[in-house]
Amino acid sequence: MTSTTQPTDPLYNPKMRPIIDKIIEDSIDLDGGLMVVLNNLQSKIGYLSAPMQEYVAEALSIPVSKVHGVVSFYSFFTTVPRGKHVIKFCIGTACYVGGINQLIDKAKQVIGIEPGQTTSDGMITLEICRCVGACSQAPVVVVDEVINGRVKSSKFEKIVQNVLKEEAAA
Amino acid sequence: MKQYRSMVLISNGDSSQSKGSEAVIDAFHQAIEKYDLTSEVYLTTIPDSGSPKSQPLVIVYPEAVAYGPVSAEKVDFLVSEHLYKGRVAESLKVSDPFEIKRISWLVQRTGTIPAENRIVLEYVGVIDPTSINDFLTHDGGQAFATAMEMEPQRIIDIIKKSGLRGRGGAGFPTGIKWQAVRDAPGNKKYVICNADESEPGTFKDRVILEGNPFSMIEAMLIAGYACGADEGYIYIRGEYHDALEKITNAIIAAREFGVLGKNILNTGFDFDIHVHSGAGAYICGEETALLESIEGKRGEPRQKPPYPTTYGLWGKPTLINNVETLGNIPPIIQNGAEWFRAQGTPSSPGTKVYTILGNVNKTGLMEVPMGITLREVIGIYGKGMKSSAFKFAQTGGSSGSIIPAILQDTPMDFDSYRNVGVSLGSGALLICDDSNCIVDCVRVLMRFFQVESCGKCVPCRIGTEQALEIMTAITQGRGTMDHLAQLEWLRKGMEDFSNCGLGQTAGTPIKNMLDHFRAEVEAHIKLGVCPAGVCEMGG
Repeated sequence: MTSTTQPTDPLYNPKMRPIIDKIIEDSIDLDGGLMVVLNNLQSKIGYLSAPMQEYVAEALSIPVSKVHGVVSFYSFFTTVPRGKHVIKFCIGTACYVGGINQLIDKAKQVIGIEPGQTTSDGMITLEICRCVGACSQAPVVVVDEVINGRVKSSKFEKIVQNVLKEEAAA
Repeated sequence: MKQYRSMVLISNGDSSQSKGSEAVIDAFHQAIEKYDLTSEVYLTTIPDSGSPKSQPLVIVYPEAVAYGPVSAEKVDFLVSEHLYKGRVAESLKVSDPFEIKRISWLVQRTGTIPAENRIVLEYVGVIDPTSINDFLTHDGGQAFATAMEMEPQRIIDIIKKSGLRGRGGAGFPTGIKWQAVRDAPGNKKYVICNADESEPGTFKDRVILEGNPFSMIEAMLIAGYACGADEGYIYIRGEYHDALEKITNAIIAAREFGVLGKNILNTGFDFDIHVHSGAGAYICGEETALLESIEGKRGEPRQKPPYPTTYGLWGKPTLINNVETLGNIPPIIQNGAEWFRAQGTPSSPGTKVYTILGNVNKTGLMEVPMGITLREVIGIYGKGMKSSAFKFAQTGGSSGSIIPAILQDTPMDFDSYRNVGVSLGSGALLICDDSNCIVDCVRVLMRFFQVESCGKCVPCRIGTEQALEIMTAITQGRGTMDHLAQLEWLRKGMEDFSNCGLGQTAGTPIKNMLDHFRAEVEAHIKLGVCPAGVCEMGG
């Protein structure tokens, strides 16, 4: 990881920088504070860019390699920005038996991207996620942290339409 | 708490209904009311069993007696004889020994009533999880008050005597763990509640945390007092937003109330709890990986020994218990070890919370005594299979076992399952019918392990990858008989040489598959067909 000044990076965004500093400041003295800092940055900023990781390492006085080691270990942490809305497919065993694969195929048709990709307009990211603990409602699709249960392919289309409709209204 | 004395199962499938089972059920309700037995007898329906000539069939637990055919007119006599006077009504019993053999419900297991009995879930859905006052008015806090009047060692003795075993999957005796932490040298000790419920298909801990967060705080206080710890952590998986919010608010409320912090209620006992959120790693449910994660590192399991009971969080003695295990603590302290031992089986007392999922008519959560059977779970709580026949059940998320239909009458407790080479796991019961392919199912499990292996030790990192490649080859029609020998070798290697539970149990589904479904696997290899029609055998 080499430090390159990217004007688009949240670290150099005057609106986001104070948020980042506040998050670090709040947990700097906490035992094992690294995870807390990264969790908060991920949820407030949306991703953990290379410059952000270096910044955190310096602030907490730990090697960058260690920060990156933690970032790359946990599936919640992402190093690239995601779309405005994230649609996640649960691939827990119950959802698999419930037919999540057919839904993923449907999503490829409807939205035109594969899980792990973001639409070119930056609106929707498709992701695969671990069991969300709503197995009695399998198969489950999570849209921006809201759990949709017993999703059939017709219902899935409606979910996508709702996301786009809300976006158009906003 | 409701304790039923007897349980009555009435067959109510298509065949029984055509012979008037509905009227029999109505008659039972009336008769039970007439003899004033509503609080003692639990009535439920089951799918058809036995041959049509003994339907409608009535089975009474705990004696495990089958009556049939029972007509509505005879119900009053039956209830008065068996349930009221307590003697078996011989004249109505199924007498033909061949017929008895056909009634698959009659296993040689008496004494345990497979009725739902809520201990851990008692107040879930009853109390307001955001109100500490509501918790206190429902006897909340009583166990902590009782415990504070005891010597710490006395509390541990009660837990030991109760026979409570860890509900996270391994079934380690809880009292022995507590004792080890208490006896470990050092002034600083920790209590950790493991709420990183990552096993796919399990969501019991989420429901407990969301439904009664204060009971977790109470249990941790008792554990802290008994083991000599003054600090606790709740490690909760990142996916559980609601549970995280509920428990965080509950801790704030408890602090304001004065039951968390310094010198709690003027007893001189200090204890506080922190909440730590996971970030999406299955392995962090493993106790030493969880410790690493709290310390802010990659969640890679440590070498054991030393065990966390002597060298845990930041090198200090640490008690780590599962949410459900802790949920049993307040009721045990309040009601005593004898009361707890009266439920379940002698080697696994108490109840178990299961999540029942898959191809059954009703999915959801239930808490039943240890020792009931899969057949009872499917018939009574799952309301029968949805369309086709039961083929196998997958227990305990991914690292449990695959239970074939021939084992569905084995009592579900730690030791009975171990004796037949399967494990109970964390409480998920994924029920699969014969439209599911065992090979495909194991392939999906292997993919899960391959993704979730932390990569620290070689047997697990390489073993899961190779097992996945072989399973994928078999599902695509490229399998060979040599592959099966390789799978067996890989499984053994992972079990013997992996560092932690993930690698050690990753091969269990392979073993279960080869033990019980070898014919189906060989059909994929030798005949190039998937009997269930799931795998695309393109070749």
